[in-house]
Amino acid sequence: MGGNRMKSSRRKFMKASMAAAGTLVLSSVTRPFNVLLIASDPPPEEGPWWGIGIDISKCIGCGLCARGCKVENNVPDEPFYFRTWVEQYTILNNGEIKIESPNGGIDGFNQSVPEEEIFKTFFVPKMCNQCSKSPCTQVCPVGATFESPDGVALIDEKYCIGCGYCVQACPYGCRYLHPEKKVADKCTLCYHRLKNGLAPVCMEVCPSKARIYGNLKDRDSEIVSFLREHDYQVLKPHLNTGSKLFYNGLSAEIS
Amino acid sequence: MYYLIQFLIMPAQLNRILLLFIAFIGLFLLVRHFLIPETFGQYGHYRGESLNDISSREMVFADKEDCYACHSDILEILENEMHAVLSCLICHGPGGTHVEDPQLGNIKKESGREFCGRCHDINPARPIDVVFQVDINTHHTEKTNCIECHNPHELWEGIE
Repeated sequence: MGGNRMKSSRRKFMKASMAAAGTLVLSSVTRPFNVLLIASDPPPEEGPWWGIGIDISKCIGCGLCARGCKVENNVPDEPFYFRTWVEQYTILNNGEIKIESPNGGIDGFNQSVPEEEIFKTFFVPKMCNQCSKSPCTQVCPVGATFESPDGVALIDEKYCIGCGYCVQACPYGCRYLHPEKKVADKCTLCYHRLKNGLAPVCMEVCPSKARIYGNLKDRDSEIVSFLREHDYQVLKPHLNTGSKLFYNGLSAEIS
Repeated sequence: MYYLIQFLIMPAQLNRILLLFIAFIGLFLLVRHFLIPETFGQYGHYRGESLNDISSREMVFADKEDCYACHSDILEILENEMHAVLSCLICHGPGGTHVEDPQLGNIKKESGREFCGRCHDINPARPIDVVFQVDINTHHTEKTNCIECHNPHELWEGIE
């Protein structure tokens, strides 16, 4: 009789401790996979989905966008560090294509080619294309760069290890390694301003409204009417990057 | 039942390896738990908290509407001018600190051939239907600054 009682209590104890151990192990084993479960969810239905429109036929090449961007985002002053810049394309009568971008266009432009030799010429503002299938975010080995739920490709400065893999992966050359912070840096579409309901600085200071942004989900937004009214194209469409930067007047010479 | 027990009872040397194995897995999970930030995986394969970090960065440029909150007189003058579509910040600088504390006079008044020429100097690449253009090197060379004749807020005021 006594032996039976001992057995029953021991069984209870074993059951309880096994259950506790099992829960502990199971929860610690499944937690790492939360990331996969969440990442495979479709993008949220609510909230904006940001896109950009650039009208090449309106760009006057003043370079105020590139200048303002450097001030707002503390981009290093030296040339070759840019979140946005402007290129002056000049197609000569002999078919030669000349692309100039002195200091990213920050100090304005001069046309170096005599007028009689020019076939056509125009300015092309460049910035992050905010791709929805970004090649740059896919190569990050630590998960420091990502597409936000509202469609902006961002960098987590605290998590970036500065390996520069994303700099090479971006087909548009829109990233650089910050010389002081030693992390990758890029256009955030002025995320800190977007969240406060303000326009990104490059669009705020654009005098001819050649650059616009807006919510692609909102049919009444500026960007959607831009897409409706213009024959738009993205840069390097064959790369299937899901670019959300749409150009009007994108000539075949532009790469 | 007997066979099951026989199966579970492993040789002594395997028992020790099994214990070691469990200890390693436990250690790995423990280290992993402390190394991976709390909000990692909140929205995707990244630190969810970084969205807050990025959106809380300080703004340097003000909002055009903030300018007009005090300088509504300029808005009235500008209303019918071509420059009405421009942001004040283009010529007057970022002005973010000025909005917070108007005593701070960090407001620029940029002018001159070089600055005005950014938009108005003649350049074949510059679309002629978007902006008025002159050759800044030959246009009224007797004057030093554009604003001697052209008031940027009232463009054609006093010009024949």
